[in-house]
Amino acid sequence: MKLSLKIWRQKNKNSEGIFKNYVLSDVSPDMSFLEMLDTLNEQLLSKNEDPVAFDHDCREGICGSCSMMINGKPHGPESKTTTCQLHMRKFKDGDEVIVEPWRASAFPVIRDLVVDRSAFDRIIQAGGFVSVNTGNAQDGNTLPIPKPDADAAMDAAACIGCGACVAACKNASAMLFTAAKVSHLGYLPQGQPERQRRVLKMVEQMDNEGFGNCTNTNDCEAACPKGISVHNIARLNRDFLKAKLFG
Amino acid sequence: MKLESNIPSGPIEQKWDKHRAEAKLVNPSNKRKYRILIVGSGLAGASAAATLAELGYNVDCFTFHDSPRRAHSIAAQGGINAAKNYQNDGDSIYRLFYDTVKGGDFRAREGNVYRLAQVSVNIIDQCVAQGVPFAREYGGYLTNRSFGGAQVSRTFYAKGQTGQQLLLGAYSALSRQIGAGTVTMHTRNEMMELVLVDGHARGIVTRDLVTGKIESWSGDAVIFATGGYSNVFYLSTNAMACNVTSIWRAHKKGAGLANPCFTQIHPTSIPQQGEYQAKLTLMSESLRNDGRVWVPLKANDNRASHDIPENERDYYLERKYPSFGNLSPRDIASRAAKEVCDEGRGVGPGGRGVYLDFSAAINRLGEKTIAERYGNLFEMYERISGENPYTSPMRIYPAPHYTMGGLWVDYNLMSTIPGLHVLGEANFSDHGANRLGASALMQGLADGYFVIPYTIGHYLAGVKPGEITNEHPEFKKAVADVEGRVSKFLSINGKRTTSSFHRELGMLMWNNCGMARSESSLKEALQRIPEIREEFWNNVNVVGSANELNTALEHAGRVADFLEFAELMCIDALERDESCGGHFRTEHQTEDGEAKRDDEKFCHSSVWEYSGDTAKPNLHKEQLTFENVKLATRSYK
Ligand SMILES: Cc1cc2nc3c(=O)[nH]c(=O)nc-3n(C[C@H](O)[C@H](O)[C@H](O)COP(=O)(O)OP(=O)(O)OC[C@H]3O[C@@H](n4cnc5c(N)ncnc54)[C@H](O)[C@@H]3O)c2cc1C
Ligand code: FES
Repeated sequence: MKLSLKIWRQKNKNSEGIFKNYVLSDVSPDMSFLEMLDTLNEQLLSKNEDPVAFDHDCREGICGSCSMMINGKPHGPESKTTTCQLHMRKFKDGDEVIVEPWRASAFPVIRDLVVDRSAFDRIIQAGGFVSVNTGNAQDGNTLPIPKPDADAAMDAAACIGCGACVAACKNASAMLFTAAKVSHLGYLPQGQPERQRRVLKMVEQMDNEGFGNCTNTNDCEAACPKGISVHNIARLNRDFLKAKLFG
Repeated sequence: MKLESNIPSGPIEQKWDKHRAEAKLVNPSNKRKYRILIVGSGLAGASAAATLAELGYNVDCFTFHDSPRRAHSIAAQGGINAAKNYQNDGDSIYRLFYDTVKGGDFRAREGNVYRLAQVSVNIIDQCVAQGVPFAREYGGYLTNRSFGGAQVSRTFYAKGQTGQQLLLGAYSALSRQIGAGTVTMHTRNEMMELVLVDGHARGIVTRDLVTGKIESWSGDAVIFATGGYSNVFYLSTNAMACNVTSIWRAHKKGAGLANPCFTQIHPTSIPQQGEYQAKLTLMSESLRNDGRVWVPLKANDNRASHDIPENERDYYLERKYPSFGNLSPRDIASRAAKEVCDEGRGVGPGGRGVYLDFSAAINRLGEKTIAERYGNLFEMYERISGENPYTSPMRIYPAPHYTMGGLWVDYNLMSTIPGLHVLGEANFSDHGANRLGASALMQGLADGYFVIPYTIGHYLAGVKPGEITNEHPEFKKAVADVEGRVSKFLSINGKRTTSSFHRELGMLMWNNCGMARSESSLKEALQRIPEIREEFWNNVNVVGSANELNTALEHAGRVADFLEFAELMCIDALERDESCGGHFRTEHQTEDGEAKRDDEKFCHSSVWEYSGDTAKPNLHKEQLTFENVKLATRSYK
C-alpha cells in the first residue's frame, strides 16, 4: 500500500521543528510501524538526506524506548500496543499518517521523534526502590505473599516507562507512571518500611520536574500500552494523604 | 598472552569460600578513594554498579541507552534458574552445576560453573527483597517452571517478563545509588575505546550520542558488561543496538577473545516474514513446558494443521529424545527443526517453520490456565503473525539468540588485560558451547551482585587510587583515534547504506557460520568477509555530521566492528574441527546426526590474541579438566 506521511522534523532541542511530507509506496501490511519507518529511512539515506531519528531497541514492546504520537494518539490506533508492535495491517492504502514526538515540557525534544525522558529516572531515584543492600536478604520463601497481592504488584510493575501516559494527558501529568511504582512496592511486604517516605519523595520529584497535575480524565490508562490501571492513582492519593497527615 | 584461570585449589564445594577468605580487602574508608568505570547497565552492569557503590566505591556507569532500564536484559521472558529445591524434586547445587556443564557440552570451566550454581540461591533472595514480583502459589510461596536441559523445576519467573522485573530490580538498586550520589550515570554515551596505561586498563573514551562530544574518563579499574554479539547475524532475537564494539575494542587492545564461534540458535522464534524485517521475535522457551512440537510426517504436505490427523504428525522431539522430549536443550531442538525442514517437512511460507501446538495442554488444563501462564506471549504472537495460537498452533523457527563466546576471563572475572573485568553475556565464562535456558539472567546477576564485589577488591588492593588521570598522553591518543574514525566514516560518501552491509554480512554468517558449519562454508565466508569489509570502507554512505544525534553514524561504527569480528568467528569455527553444543560442524556427527565431540583434540577453550592482522590471530588454549563431572557423550534420549 501507499501512505502519505507527515513527520515532525527538528534538528536539535534548540531549533524549531516543522512537519515534512513524505510519500511511501510498497508498504507491506505485515511490516511493523518501525519497519515502515526503517524503509523510509533507507530511502532518505540513499538520497543523502538525514534519516528520521526515533528511539527504539527491543522491538518487542518491553523496553519502552519507542515513543511517538501517531495520528494524535500515543503509540497509534491499536490499544495496549507499543509502536514497535503496531503493524501496518491496521492502516489502509492511501492513509495519511501524522507522526510526532511526545509533547510535554518535562520531555524536551532532542531530535525529530526523540525526547528526553530522564525525568522519569529522577522520579525513581527519589524513592522508587526498597533500600536493601546486596547481601542483606533472607531466604526468598521466609515471607509468604498472598498470590492476589503478588499478582497486583506484578500488574503495576509491568510499566515500561515509555511516557505514553504523559503524552496522552492534557496536563502532561506523570501520575500514572509514579503511581505504578508506588503501588508495585506498596502491595508487597518488602515495600512497607519506606511506604510513606517513598510516596512523598516521588511526588515531590514529579512536581519538581514540571509535570502537570492529575485531573482524573483517565486518558493515561487508555493510552498505556501495558494497560496499567488508574486504580493505582487512587492508591497513590490515599498513601500520599496518609503520609502527609500522619507521616 | 598468559592464561591463568586462577581457580582456587581444593574440593570444588570449598573453592569459592576459600577464595573469598583469602582475597585481599580494601578497607572501608579507602574504598571511596577508588573510581570504577562500568560500561553497560543491563543486569550485569546495573547489579555491579549498585553493589560496588553500596560498598563505598565511586562508580561511573555508561550506557548508550537513554535510561539504564532499557538494556537488552529487559526483553528476557522465560525465567531465571536457581538451585533452591523449593519443589523438593531432587534439585541441588551439584545438580544445577552438573546440568550446566553437561548442557554446555563440556566446554566450560568447572570451577566457575560450580560457583554460579552456589550463588544462584542468593540471587532469588536478593531479588525478592528488592520487590521483584515473582510468580507465587496460592499459599504465598514462590513457584517454579521447567526449562530445557533439566529434569527438575528450578526456574523462577514473573509472568513472561522475568528479565524486565529483574532488570527493574537492579535498576531500582542502581537508582538508589544514583540518588545518593555514589554512582554517576552517563546515559546516551557510547564507549568507543578502551585506554591502557602500562598494560593496565585505566579508562575509556566515549561519544555523547546527543552532542557528539568525545570525552575520556580515567579510573582505577574498568568493567565491561556490554552484552552479546548475536547481531553479527543481522537478524536475531537481540535488541537492535546490541553489538560487539566493546569486546572488539578490548580485543584489539590485547584482551583474549574466547570461543567466538560458540553462538546459540534458539529453537522458538517467530519465522521471518519479509525482506524488510529488522529483527526476529523470540517465543520463550517456557512455552515448551506445555506446547508440543511437530511437523507433518510426509514431505510437502500442504494441508492446514487441523486437517492433519494425529497419526500423520511427527512429534519429532518426543520421538527422538523420549526422556527430555519437548524440553530438549536448545542446540538439539534447533538442529532437529532444521533437519525436518531440510527434509521438506517444514510448514508455513518457504517451508521454514515447525508447529508449536497447545491444543493438548488447553484440553488438559483449560484456556484460562494457559492464558495465565503465557497470555502475553500469545498476544505478542497474534499481533505479529495475525494468527491466534489458542485455536491454531504457533509456527516457529530457530534464530540467533545468545553468544556463549566472549572476552576470556579468569576466576576473578578479569580479562587478560589487568584491571579490565568482564561480566554477563560479554564474557565467555560459564556456558561452554551451549547455554541452558534461564541461565543467562542467573549468570549476569551472579557476576554483578555476588562475584565482582569480592574479586575487584582483590585487584584494587594492589592499585594506588587515582594515580592516573585523563591528562596522561595515552588518553589524548585514544581520543584522537576515535575522532579520526568518526571523521573517516563521514568522509567516505559512498553509495550504500550501513544497513545494506549489515544485512549482507548477516546473511553470509547465517548461511555459512550458523546452525551448521563446514570447512567449505567457512572458507567461503573467510574469503567474502574481507571483500565486504573493503567495500564498506570505500562505499558506505554515512550522512549528517559528528556533532549531533546521528543514528547513521552510530550504526556505521557498530557494523564496522562486526565486519572485523565476523572474520575471527569464522576462523575459530574453522579451527575447531569438532562438533560441540551449538557449534555443529557437518563433518563431525554421529550416525543419527548428533554433535560429535573430539575430546582428544578440543577439550579446551580457544583464546585468540590480536596480532595486528585480523586474518592471522594467534591462538592460545586453556585446557579444560573435568574432575567432578565425568566427561561423557551428552545424551538426552
Ligand atoms: C528475547 C530474549 C529473551 C531472553 N530470555 C531469557 C530468559 O528467559 N532467561 C535467561 O536467563 N536469559 C534470557 N535471555 C538472555 C539474557 O537476556 C541476556 O543474556 C542477558 O540479559 C544479558 O545481560 P547483560 O547485562 O550481560 O547485557 P545487556 O542487558 O545486553 O546490557 C548491555 C548493556 O551494555 C550497554 N552497552 C553495550 N555496548 C556499549 C557501548 N559500547 N557503550 C556504552 N554502553 C554499551 C547497553 O547500553 C546495555 O546497558 C534472553 C535473551 C533474549 C534476546
Ligand atoms: S522498541 Fe522496545 S518497546 Fe518498542
